[in-house]
Amino acid sequence: MNYFDLVPWIVFLPVLGLLLNILIGKRLGERGSSLVAFLASGGAFVVSVLQWLSLSAHPEAHIVKFAEWINIGALQVPWAFRVDTLSVTMMLVVSGVGTLIHIYAAGYMHYDVRYKGDPAAYQRFFIYLNLFIAAMMILVSGDSYLMLFVGWEGVGLCSFLLIGFWFNKNPDGSSGMENSNAAKKAFIANRVGDLGLLLAMFAIFTLMGSLSFDTVFARAEFINPSYILAITLFMLIGVAGKSAQLPLYVWLPDAMAGPTPVSALIHAATMVTAGVYLVARSAPLYSLAPAAQTTVAVVGALTALFAATIAVGQNDIKKVLAYSTISQLGFMVAAVGLGAFVAGMFHLVTHAFFKALLFLGSGSVILALERAHHPIDGDHEQHHEEPKKGHAFDPQDMRIMGGLRKVIPTTYRVYLIGALALAGLPPLAGFFSKDEILTDALHANPLVYALLTAAAFLTAFYMGRQVLLVFFGEPRSHAAEEAVESPPIMTWPLIVLAGLSILGGLINFPGLHGLTNWLEHTLGHEFAHATEFNLTVALTSTLLALLAIYLAWTLYGREPLKAKAADPLAKRLGSLFTALQNKWWVDEFYGWLIIRPYQRFAAFLADVVDWRFWHDWVHDSLIARGFRGLAVFLANPVDLGVIDGLANGLATGARGLASSLSILQTGYVRNYALMVFFGVVSMLAYLIFFS
Amino acid sequence: MVPVSYYLALAAILFALGALGVLIRRNAIIIFMSIELMLNAANLLFVAFARSFESLDGQIYVFFVIAVAAAEVAVGLALIVTIFRTKHSIDIDELSSMKG
Repeated sequence: MNYFDLVPWIVFLPVLGLLLNILIGKRLGERGSSLVAFLASGGAFVVSVLQWLSLSAHPEAHIVKFAEWINIGALQVPWAFRVDTLSVTMMLVVSGVGTLIHIYAAGYMHYDVRYKGDPAAYQRFFIYLNLFIAAMMILVSGDSYLMLFVGWEGVGLCSFLLIGFWFNKNPDGSSGMENSNAAKKAFIANRVGDLGLLLAMFAIFTLMGSLSFDTVFARAEFINPSYILAITLFMLIGVAGKSAQLPLYVWLPDAMAGPTPVSALIHAATMVTAGVYLVARSAPLYSLAPAAQTTVAVVGALTALFAATIAVGQNDIKKVLAYSTISQLGFMVAAVGLGAFVAGMFHLVTHAFFKALLFLGSGSVILALERAHHPIDGDHEQHHEEPKKGHAFDPQDMRIMGGLRKVIPTTYRVYLIGALALAGLPPLAGFFSKDEILTDALHANPLVYALLTAAAFLTAFYMGRQVLLVFFGEPRSHAAEEAVESPPIMTWPLIVLAGLSILGGLINFPGLHGLTNWLEHTLGHEFAHATEFNLTVALTSTLLALLAIYLAWTLYGREPLKAKAADPLAKRLGSLFTALQNKWWVDEFYGWLIIRPYQRFAAFLADVVDWRFWHDWVHDSLIARGFRGLAVFLANPVDLGVIDGLANGLATGARGLASSLSILQTGYVRNYALMVFFGVVSMLAYLIFFS
Repeated sequence: MVPVSYYLALAAILFALGALGVLIRRNAIIIFMSIELMLNAANLLFVAFARSFESLDGQIYVFFVIAVAAAEVAVGLALIVTIFRTKHSIDIDELSSMKG
C-alpha cells in the first residue's frame, strides 16, 4: 500500500485552509480561523508522514505528475511532485515544525494583534502562514528547477508579507515605516540572490535542454566542467540570498521585524534552509565542480564565524537569535559545500527543532514582559493606546530582563534546552549534527574546520550570555519582575520542540546512521557516506562549548548585570565590542557602497534626467514648445495665409470681375440691342468669311 | 421684270433703317415701328425670292411672319401701355433700373 498519489495534498491542504480563511475567516472568529489553519498545516503533515511510510517500503524516488504546465518546444515543465527521501525529509520538517508553530501562533497572535491595536489582522496572519506552507511545499516537492523556483519565489513573497505584517509600524510598536522597510530589504536582497538562481537555471536549460532534476543530473557529466562551475557559482548567489550567507545575509536580522512565530517558522526553521536544500538537491552538479564546492564551504564557514561574532554584541533577544541563525546556516552551507550532504541535512533538521524552539521561547519571553508592562484584561478590551516612538520600554531588550527563570519557569526550561542544544552539548540534538559537520570538515578542509570550531565556541558563548542575561540574576525592570507565563497553547508546542531538541540526535545517531541510510536512496552512496564518530572532534567541541559557557558565566553569571549597567564585555573588548554591537558596520558599509550611490544615481535620474532633461527639456521645450510652434505656424501662415487667402482671394476676385463686368449692364435697352446687333453681325461675318 | 437684286437692295436698306431706328430712337412706339420695318424687310425678301424661284414656300413664311408680328405687336403694345402707366412716359431710357 502506498500513498504517493496523495502528495499534491501537501500543497492543496494549506491552499484550502487559506482560501477558507480568506472567504469566511472573519466569521469563524479567532479560534475557528486558527483551527482551520492548523488543520490545513497538520493535514499536510499527515500527508507527509504517509509519504514517509510509503517511501520506507519503496525508497526509490517517485514522481507524481500532477498537471501539464509549460510545454513550449524543448521547454517541457510539468507540475510534478518528486517524492524521494530528501524531499520527504524537508516535507516532514516544514509541515511538522510548521504545525507546531501554527498552534503556538494561535496563542501568540491573540496577544500580538491586541498590542498592535488591530485584532482584525489575526486571520490575515494565518492566511499568510498557510500560504507559506503551500509555497514551501512546492519548493521542496518540485521535480524541476523551475518548480523549485516557483516555491522559492513563493516563500520569498510570504517572507516579505510576514516581515511587513505590521507594515505601518516600527518594531517598537510606534507608527512608522521601519517594518515595511525591513520587508523591502529582505525582498530586494533576495532578488539579488534569485537573479543568480535564474542565471543558473538559464544556463542549465541552455546546456542540458531540460530543467527536471533527473535529466539534468544525467546529462551533467557530459558538459564542460567550467560551465558546471559557472552554474554552481550562480546557484551559490541564490543560496547566499535565500539562506542569508555572506554577503547577502543583511536582510535576515532586519527580518526580525515580523511577528515572532514568523521568525521561528520562516527565518529560522524552514525558508532560510531552502538554500541548503538546493545545494543538497544539486549534489551531482556540485560534485562535478570541486572549486564551487570549496567556495560554498568557505562562504558558509566565514558566514558562520562572522555572524557568530556579531551575535555576541547584540542586546536584542531576537537579534542574537537572528545572527545565530545566520551562523548556523553557515554551518549547513559549509557542510553541503564540503560534500557532507547528510551532515548538512541533519543539522538542518535539528536546527529547525531547536531554533524554532528558541525563537518561540523568545516570543514567549517578549510576550511575558509585554503583558507585565501593560496588561490587557480579557479578550474583549482592545489596546487602543498608540505607543510613542522611542518610548523607554522595549520588550526585546535583554538589558531590562533578568531573573526570569523564577517567573516564567516553563519558558525558562525549554529555552535552556534549546540553548544547550544550539551550544552543542551532548546528548542534545545540536551536538550530534554539529559534530558530524565538524568531523567531515576536519577530513575535507582544515581551514573550514578551524572557522567552524571558532564559530561553535562563540555560539556557546553568546547563548550562555543570552540565557544568563535573560533568565538569571535579578530583574532589571518592573516588567521583568512581574512577567506572566504564556498560556498552555503556547507552551505545549515549546515542550514538544524541546523534546525534539533532546531526541533529535537519534535521527542520525552515530553507529545507527538513520538519516544517512535514508538519504542514501536519493543522494546515492557516493554523496551519503556514513561519518564515523570522531572522539577527538567531539571532545574538542564539547570542551570548547563548556569553556565558552564558563566564560559567559564569569562575565554575566558570577556577578549578574545590574540595571542600566554597562555590558562587562564592553570593558574587556573595548572598541571591538562597539564594532560587534554595530554589526561590523556592514549595513553602513552597504549603505555607503550600494545604497547611497544608488540613491544618488536615482536622484540624478529623477532630478536631472527625468525632471530637467525629460520633463523640462524634452517635454516642455521640445515637444510642447515645438508643438505650439507648429500649431502657430499652421494657424497663422498656413491657415490664415494660404487657406483663408485662397478662399478670400477667390471671393474678391469674383467680386472684382463682377463689378468690372457690371459696367456692361447699362440698363439701356438700346445698348443691349446694339450688342445683339454687333454679335449677329460678327457671327455673320465669321460665317461668311471664315467658313 | 425687275431683277431680284433690286429687291435685295431695297430690303437691305429697309432693314438698316429699322435697325438704326431701334438703336438710336428712344420712343418705344418708334422702336416698335422700326422692328416692324425690319420684319417687313425680311418679308419683302421672302416674297422676292419666292417669285424668283417660283416657289410658294416663301409666300407661306411671310404669312407666318405677319401673324407672329401681329401677336408681337399686341404683346408689345400691352407692355408699352403698362410702362406708360407706371412711368408716365414711354422713353425707354427711363427704364434703366436693371443697370448693374
